[in-house]
Amino acid sequence: MKIHEYQAKDLLKKFGVPVPRGRATDNPEEARKIAEELGCPVVVKAQIHAGGRGKGGGIKLANLPEDAEKAARSIIGMNLVTHQTGPAGRLVKRVLVEEEGKIARELYLGIVIDRASASPVVMASEAGGMDIEEVAANTPEKILKVGVDPAVGLQPFQIRKLCYGLNLTKELIGKVGRIISGLYNVFVQSDCSLAEVNPLAITENGDALAMDAKINLDDNALFRHEDLRALRDTNEEDALEVEASKHDLSYIKLDGSVGCMVNGAGLAMATMDIIKLHGLMPANFLDVGGAASSERVSNAFRILTSDPNLRAVLINIFGGIVRCDRVANGIVEALKEVEVRVPIVVRLEGTNSKEAREILQKSGLKFMVAETLDDAARKAVAAAR
Amino acid sequence: MSILVDDKTRLLVQGITGKEGAFHTKQCIEYGTRVVAGVTPGKGGTKQEEVPVFDTVERAVRETGANASMIFVPPAFAADAILEAADSGLPLVVCITEGIPTIDMVRVKRYLAGRSTRLVGPNCPGVITPGKCKVGIMPGFIHKPGNVGVISRSGTLTYEAVDQLTRRGIGQSTCIGIGGDPVIGSAFIDLLRLFQADAETCAVVIIGEIGGTAEEEAAAFVRASMTKPVVGFIAGRTAPPGKRMGHAGAIIAGGKGTAAEKITAMTAAGIAVCESPAKIGETVASALKAT
Repeated sequence: MKIHEYQAKDLLKKFGVPVPRGRATDNPEEARKIAEELGCPVVVKAQIHAGGRGKGGGIKLANLPEDAEKAARSIIGMNLVTHQTGPAGRLVKRVLVEEEGKIARELYLGIVIDRASASPVVMASEAGGMDIEEVAANTPEKILKVGVDPAVGLQPFQIRKLCYGLNLTKELIGKVGRIISGLYNVFVQSDCSLAEVNPLAITENGDALAMDAKINLDDNALFRHEDLRALRDTNEEDALEVEASKHDLSYIKLDGSVGCMVNGAGLAMATMDIIKLHGLMPANFLDVGGAASSERVSNAFRILTSDPNLRAVLINIFGGIVRCDRVANGIVEALKEVEVRVPIVVRLEGTNSKEAREILQKSGLKFMVAETLDDAARKAVAAAR
Repeated sequence: MSILVDDKTRLLVQGITGKEGAFHTKQCIEYGTRVVAGVTPGKGGTKQEEVPVFDTVERAVRETGANASMIFVPPAFAADAILEAADSGLPLVVCITEGIPTIDMVRVKRYLAGRSTRLVGPNCPGVITPGKCKVGIMPGFIHKPGNVGVISRSGTLTYEAVDQLTRRGIGQSTCIGIGGDPVIGSAFIDLLRLFQADAETCAVVIIGEIGGTAEEEAAAFVRASMTKPVVGFIAGRTAPPGKRMGHAGAIIAGGKGTAAEKITAMTAAGIAVCESPAKIGETVASALKAT
């Protein structure tokens, strides 16, 4: 789960990481008040779950409180397009108004789980303020890394190793070291999948501050963080994906025209891939899960068919423990409730697949029944054309 | 032979009295697996499907000689269940549970380092040696005893691949679902090593997906140490970056973990990578013919 910059900074503050003074608001007049409290100049920053906001016009400097109000008025309600939002952009609902620090140096600090070593890895770089993916691709030697042994946690010597590697002065080593240690505590105690401070700013008066922060949380761990779960902003997510998640369906909207409904994530991805191999693009990823009951199938149909690009639906179920005849009954029941105007291709394989095909054929509903995965994809693509 | 499980496996089920645990215990017994014990704290002394239930793994192992565990414990308590199984010295632990926090698995992996316990999963369908032993939730009837090893990050896509093999008359030595999470117990390479050493396995299928670098590591291992033919498939060529595709581990993050990178590495290592998921059986058949 992604959270906003202002939420990430609140979290960092709780763990002792210094952040610029400031507050978030959805009201331009309030933005002016915040600027008055803080003292100008201030920075007004669009709060969306995507990077590259500055280039898109989502970050503005204000030298007077009325400028802060004006900036907030222009940013709130704007459709911000950045390299991370895609061409559709994202509607800005809130801004963060912060004091502007005079920055002398910009560093990078980030923590992720390294999958290969199955442990947290802390990364730091002098090339802060830039797109770290580009730094990693072009000049990987500029990124310092330390792997953390989860049995003992991040050690002082590792923090020193990073700080000396960043060529910090004596005074700054303590300050940056505390930020590294604070960020590590946030990462582990809040169950993050990513915790990033970019830039970590060294100000002209010698302070170290988290100027920008990005935190992603591990969805699997949200059950033990009620406070963090409340930070979810469904405005930032695709409306259909939010609807799907309410029904416990794993759905991702894509740009193609062939909808798919599959049991299992791997098979769902493979089904998308085979649609492309047959010449069209998938309209979505959808895992209906193991049960594929009529209720789940109905909900899935409702979500699929609200996509205006949909030209055909391919249902691909490999029945294991779940019997195909039950799934077939579920599909027939679901279609009594939900009207689907596009052709439906069904492929049910595995336990009781023969009985399932009979149920579909006898239902009086217009299905195209496919035998194999290849046959199903071919029929679905032909129907969509 | 075969790997990990066979007719000598004496299975213990952690979480045996839960809905899933009870159902799949029954299915495994029907397939022929010897389930010797169950563990549910607080239910010790009772029976589930005729299987004696214990309060602790330690006691269950001591009294029944169990040598493998299958875990159905809910995500909040699953890491603890894995540690309990490892502490009792069980050589094999198969964790079916989906949704375990990543940081819990990081700690579990650290605990397992240097111990003799091998973990498969979590978030996986389990392990099956066709005709002998099923430790997991896969449908037994699609499998057929034989000589092809299967290793996969997926569940139903593995069933699809196995079904294609069986329909062509190609049996399997052992099939393992390693799980769809970012941090898992056994990786492709751990199992490729076992299949390479297994006299009964003639070829191996690896089914990967987007996210992480496990397939690239597998490719490097195949190039350096495998003499048996390996066939591969990678799901998620059409997956968009930055989106978690169902499995917690199936995400292209920071431009890394794409299907294209994996396919390139695998092809370069001499793995026959199928473009279509419908061609896995066919590709294995021709790989076997070439040997």
